[in-house]
Amino acid sequence: MTKSSGAEVKTRGHILIDDVVKVYDPEGAAVMAVDHCSLEIEAGEICMIVGPSGCGKTTLLNAIAGFHEITSGRILLDGEVLCSAQKPKAEPGPDRIVVFQNGALFPWKTNLENVVFGPVMQGRMTKAEALDRGRAMMADAGLAGVEHNYPGEVSSGMRRRVEIVRALMNDPAVLLLDEPYRALDSLTKSVMHEALLEIYYKNKVTIFFITHDLEEAIFLGHRVAIMTTRPCKPKKLLTVDIPHPRDYSVLTSKRFRELMQETSEAVHEEARKAFQAGEKEG
Amino acid sequence: MARSRHISGRAIWRGMLSIVIFLVLWEIGSRSKIWLAWDVFSPLREVLGAAGFKKTYLPWIGSVPPPSSVAKAWMGVIGQAGYWQSWYMSFQRVLGGFVAAMLIGIPYGLMLAVSRTAHGINFPVFEALRPIPPLAWVPASIIFWPTQELAIMFITFLGAFYTIVINVVGGAKSIDGRFFQAAQSMGASKWDIFKRIVLPGTLPSIMVGSAVGMGITWEVVVAAEMISGGGSQMGGSGGGLGFFIWNSYVGGSYEQIVVGMISIGIAGYLSSELLRSLGTYVTPWLRVR
Repeated sequence: MTKSSGAEVKTRGHILIDDVVKVYDPEGAAVMAVDHCSLEIEAGEICMIVGPSGCGKTTLLNAIAGFHEITSGRILLDGEVLCSAQKPKAEPGPDRIVVFQNGALFPWKTNLENVVFGPVMQGRMTKAEALDRGRAMMADAGLAGVEHNYPGEVSSGMRRRVEIVRALMNDPAVLLLDEPYRALDSLTKSVMHEALLEIYYKNKVTIFFITHDLEEAIFLGHRVAIMTTRPCKPKKLLTVDIPHPRDYSVLTSKRFRELMQETSEAVHEEARKAFQAGEKEG
Repeated sequence: MARSRHISGRAIWRGMLSIVIFLVLWEIGSRSKIWLAWDVFSPLREVLGAAGFKKTYLPWIGSVPPPSSVAKAWMGVIGQAGYWQSWYMSFQRVLGGFVAAMLIGIPYGLMLAVSRTAHGINFPVFEALRPIPPLAWVPASIIFWPTQELAIMFITFLGAFYTIVINVVGGAKSIDGRFFQAAQSMGASKWDIFKRIVLPGTLPSIMVGSAVGMGITWEVVVAAEMISGGGSQMGGSGGGLGFFIWNSYVGGSYEQIVVGMISIGIAGYLSSELLRSLGTYVTPWLRVR
């Protein structure tokens, strides 16, 4: 429950994706979404998953979260099997919280009620404790003053931050972010990137972040996994050797440009493949 | 439903002007026959006559009592206990049927939405009965229920019931799946998910279904009162607003027919307004923006 000060080594949140295959079988026409995908994510790492829309990266996220089944292979969290061929669907739990693409704050609960939902449901805190902690966390994330507003009353950038705070309140081992900033304009997005890093520096949770925006990926991630399109597996793994903490000056640095150059070819190639495949299907 | 209901001064002024113009036109239309030996449809009637049709094919606005006479008739009945008894009777029937429809319809709809089995077993029969208009139930209902009062209430119940159930099922099923996934991840039990996701998520649809159902209830109660003769015990002006209208028609008091019509309009409006404020109260998150 206590926030790590930043220096200590994280012992929770190690993910091992081991030879995972996912085959969708609607009407007998088997479609391979994930093809023998293996990826290891260190505890406390920000791992960015980059790939064109519909490439199968969300399938992977849903498998970790326990929303969808896998066909074969296995996924481990801190050495424990989440899902495997024998147990194709992981049990959803507070150790793996998803921040959804368009947000999934409960519109009928105020921001603060949303934030305290997890710990109260799990019986980990009393309502009063959760409210105290929720208020503190919200203030930390620059959300003081909107505690008693409904999500519909605040900007979409704020909503996304509330949702990240709601996720962190569960003290998760892993945050699973599924293109959380997709619907935001680029200015709000840049603010949100720095806010996410700030929250991360305070909480040091493992982040599994799906995006199709390479710039976002390199700016935020320790590592960037560029995925092939349908079936999905890592095509190229990039270690971003720009030291954390980072701020927006990174974007104009020479190293950032070099890394962009190094990887954009691979991303573009997959995007073109996805586009052509889409044309064929359509 | 939850739009901000701020009304500007100009809007109020326009609304009042509209009502006044309507009343004036109505008054002129009704009195035109007396004043001018001519009414608005007279020229048309002449044209029709010339074309070889019967002149009586057009409505005769001169037959409708003017608003001034209606107002006078209204003043006449407003002090009578029988008139208010009509209000009371109709409201009682509407409320009885409507509350029963909510009490049965909301849990029933939620059950259909939550349980695939319940849906499979219930829905075919529900869908088979739904197209039967409530008024078609009147004779069967009179045979079926011990008192005519209960029979009428049953008809009003049917009017609201189907709409409420359909809205509840639709509302519950259209709740975003990510809400369930998020709640499940955060450790909510099945009961918690029902209580904290399904119920509040369905509430807006419940309120919409109720508002529509309330409208149908008023339509139905008036017709049911006319057909059944206003209930067994009272008769006369004690039989509800629908019977009040019918009775006025039979008694040849055309002014009172219009009084009854306007009364039902007011009653319906009051009920809807009441439901609307209730709806706004229970769904505060929709009040925003």
